[in-house]
Amino acid sequence: MIRPPTSSWSLDIAGIWRYRDLVALFVKRDLVTAYKQTLLGPLWHVIQPLMMTLIFTFVFGSIAKLSTDGVPHLLFYLSGVVLWRYMSDCLGRTADTFGANAGLFGKVYFPRLTVPIAVVVSSLGTLAVQMALFLTMLAIYWLRGAPVTPGPLVLLFPLLIVQMAALGLGLGLTISSMTARYRDLTHIIPLAVQLWMFATPIVYPASKIPERWQWLRVVNPMTPVVELFRLAFLGVGSVTALGVVIGLSITAAILIAGLVLFSRVEKQFVDSI
Amino acid sequence: MGSRHALEVDGLWKQYRYGVIGHGTLRKDLQAWWARRRGQEDPNALVTATARRGRDGEPFWALRDVSFQVAEGEVLGIVGRNGAGKSTLLKILSRVTTPTRGEIRLRGRLSSLLEVGTGFHPELTGRENIFLNGAILGMSRQDITARFDEIVSFAEIDDFIDTPVKRYSSGMYVRLAFAVAAHLETDILLLDEVLAVGDVQFRRKCLGKMGDVARRGRTVVFVSHDATALQQLCTIGIWLSEGRLRQSGSASEVIASYLAAAMTKAASGPASLGPSLQLGELRMRPDPVVSGQPLSVTVELRSSRRLRITELCLLVYAPTGARVGIVDLRTSAGPYQALSDSVLQIEGRIETLPLVEGRYTIGLFVDSGEVREDFLDLQVVDVLSADIQSGLSAYSPAVRGYVEFPYRTVEVRQHTLNETRVATGARDPV
Repeated sequence: MIRPPTSSWSLDIAGIWRYRDLVALFVKRDLVTAYKQTLLGPLWHVIQPLMMTLIFTFVFGSIAKLSTDGVPHLLFYLSGVVLWRYMSDCLGRTADTFGANAGLFGKVYFPRLTVPIAVVVSSLGTLAVQMALFLTMLAIYWLRGAPVTPGPLVLLFPLLIVQMAALGLGLGLTISSMTARYRDLTHIIPLAVQLWMFATPIVYPASKIPERWQWLRVVNPMTPVVELFRLAFLGVGSVTALGVVIGLSITAAILIAGLVLFSRVEKQFVDSI
Repeated sequence: MGSRHALEVDGLWKQYRYGVIGHGTLRKDLQAWWARRRGQEDPNALVTATARRGRDGEPFWALRDVSFQVAEGEVLGIVGRNGAGKSTLLKILSRVTTPTRGEIRLRGRLSSLLEVGTGFHPELTGRENIFLNGAILGMSRQDITARFDEIVSFAEIDDFIDTPVKRYSSGMYVRLAFAVAAHLETDILLLDEVLAVGDVQFRRKCLGKMGDVARRGRTVVFVSHDATALQQLCTIGIWLSEGRLRQSGSASEVIASYLAAAMTKAASGPASLGPSLQLGELRMRPDPVVSGQPLSVTVELRSSRRLRITELCLLVYAPTGARVGIVDLRTSAGPYQALSDSVLQIEGRIETLPLVEGRYTIGLFVDSGEVREDFLDLQVVDVLSADIQSGLSAYSPAVRGYVEFPYRTVEVRQHTLNETRVATGARDPV
């Protein structure tokens, strides 16, 4: 039964489930094609965060002498870089869902959400490689007796991934729905993401945020994620249960907003190409 | 069983709004909003939207109250000129876009094939693309695995199944794309212009496959400009004209009256060749022309803004709807540069027109940067039979194909076979 669209929005979960094979194949396509015709392949996933970490270590650690709460600089920055990379990958790659798939969406119907969902899943590939790098470094430092103490909170890591995926997806869907009409926004996004990174305790610990900027820490759902991760793997981090709950609530709100906007735009998008 | 409806379309309307879709950037939308507020014309509105459809924002109906039913196992052919609403109808049926009013009831699963190879990724191998493309078209991994060998052998690409499709020839690519779609296990299949690709042999194979599909009780909806293919495949037909259902009935009836109307319709008024390009005139002289004689061609294009016309061809169609040939209107001097608000006139001469007598329709293929498209039924040209000097009565045009080969007998010699045998015998005595 095909009917005119109603103003209310609907989330076609059954439809997405029916197309789960498609999600899997999109993921496979992304993973297989990402490194075709590159010489180093997935090695780039190791080189990029390492370079970033070395730059941060040099600029923020050696020159600006920002505190890392006693954690070895390399581990401190690498943990932030790896986490941030996953969230911003999810955001950046889903933000252009409509633009990048205009041709496909104009010709075949399938649940449009399969595309951003596949992106979130295939970004896990990068995360896995970078986590392996991080864990290797952690093991090296730990064996050499550096003051790092991984704890049982490590088991929460999968949940942190889910939260970052939800956050990146929610923002990406929101942006893709807005850029389907106004492409201006695409120019602001890289800048905004960069600013957001510096507002998140990536290159400094949350404990060193001055009193007057503490509100930033509360409204930023990435802060508890990063701090909880560091607490779990490095033994240093400042999180409160309230902070985690607020972060989760904001993430959920963003995800729902993204899904609502996306389901509205997907109905009209084809007519406006 | 046969009378069950696989597809019921009831009072379908589709509205597009020109000019209020948005201009793609915030700045232009703000400009448009500011202009509207001050009662001025939107500086960024599409020219044709204002010229053809009246005021900015006025709705344009692509489909108006279209209703029809298709019983299970029928093959429905949809005919109509460019812009008649065929593609819009297919897009709504395939759920790519939504109707404005009306509803459609479908019995069973529907898959559409609006363009072959949708979602093919050049870096992936044939095998990987079969799975990806199949999944995009709605097949499960199990379905595809079950029919994988059939698809590969149908596409005739066994040796290249693990080669990235970017290394395929265009023929292989199209064959693979069609093969995936043809093996979709769905109850209703939508096809648009698919058979216009591939070589003759493969096309025939596709036609056969579509016939099989229909015989197996699946329902097919088929849109094509090729009346021959439609006639071969379809059992019932509908004819759309300006968004309205003009005729429905048996395929042969509908196609016959559609072709008849296309023939009698002289190009009345300027036809649109895209948002800012119009066909001012398409003249063939003399009219009628005698087969084998020269024909002068005048093409007049009116553009409302600067355009670079990189491709321009006349398309010649036979009364059966088959394309007889094209006339390449490009020149070695590079693309045509149409200035804004100007008329571009191209004069040419076809040295000989060796066509079998009959009424041919002329279309244009245009790539103006705005559109890259075939525009059909723009003009008709009548070809008369050449006088036959021999005084013989000609064969009926129906059996003579499309081309009249200029042939002249050079000499007719004759000798009897007996003489040769005698001569050989003489040289070689036993």
